[in-house]
Amino acid sequence: MADNSVGSGVGLDRREVVSTLLVDRQDMLVVSGLGSPTYDLMAAGDHDANFYLWGAMGGTAMVGLGLALAQPERRILVLTGDGEMLMGLGSLATIAAADPANLALVVLDNGIYGETGQQASATGMGCDFVTVARGAGWHQAETLENLDQAAAWRGALAAGSGPWFARIAITSDLPPRAMPARDGVYLKNRFRAHLGLAPN
Amino acid sequence: MGWSEEIFKALQKGGISQVGFVPDAGLSDVISLAQADPQMTATVLTTEQEGIGLACGAWLGGQKAVLLMQSSGVGNCINMLSLVANCRFPFLTIVTMRGEWGEFNPWQVPMSRAVRPALEMMGLHVYRPARPEDLAPAVDAALEMTFCADQAAAILIGQDLIGRKVW
Repeated sequence: MADNSVGSGVGLDRREVVSTLLVDRQDMLVVSGLGSPTYDLMAAGDHDANFYLWGAMGGTAMVGLGLALAQPERRILVLTGDGEMLMGLGSLATIAAADPANLALVVLDNGIYGETGQQASATGMGCDFVTVARGAGWHQAETLENLDQAAAWRGALAAGSGPWFARIAITSDLPPRAMPARDGVYLKNRFRAHLGLAPN
Repeated sequence: MGWSEEIFKALQKGGISQVGFVPDAGLSDVISLAQADPQMTATVLTTEQEGIGLACGAWLGGQKAVLLMQSSGVGNCINMLSLVANCRFPFLTIVTMRGEWGEFNPWQVPMSRAVRPALEMMGLHVYRPARPEDLAPAVDAALEMTFCADQAAAILIGQDLIGRKVW
């Protein structure tokens, strides 16, 4: 049983909410950040349209932006955690300025560095991502409080115009790791092949 | 045609459609040309390492990108280059150098001296054209190395080539 004393301990089950975001994903392309978000994405079901990062901490949202600009007809979902988002806070300003209509960014926020000893992160000590995102220029930024809101938010992506930012409070539980392939060249070429692109 | 136009035309010819940049005075004309080109998307970054994620995402989606930055920004990129190395993403950056030729600001010097070894330690090919007329051929050659041979490469442009920053 995880120790909830550092993070708020209050929130959704990360696996349930990620699965909710990916139900009937259709042609959505998904990029996940290192550590638990990558395990959550894998646990929801491996897919050729998933690109899992295992490192490069701080970069996942920007991979999503490059992909969103290159594939304007597809919906892009970026899945990351509070630790990585804090490392790339500047990218919130960069993405807002670029204003990609097809990019959705979800931060799973437990307020701790869950895999390294559960040390409190800045969001566990008062930093509010939704305020930061709005201040950085995101017009659509909100906290999703429950699975119904998560499902409705996901549904709205299909018809609406982004970019969208969502922060989801999750518990500090660490479910069993669901580990996707770690070979970066394989993941890259599998993803490109899904889009009908040759390896190079 | 000046060297900025020549570099830009080489990037155009090479099919570059995304340009990430943290501005440097030496690259301002290339940045302006990219911003004015309807076939290109120019993205201003808050830190250079964002440009590596941007370029890798572009390639995942079928586009080619270039990162434009100043030598000081190379230091911001080091761990993010593990994304390029691990996934063997094609990656091209053009770096204008400070801190080495007629520099007046000592704060530019330490990172400047570390640019080439740092990039090489992270697996990039580093090209340093000797004359202004060598710049566009270097871009052309680096585009082949990156997007055809799956390599990562940097082109360093010194102020001995393009003129010292005037204060």
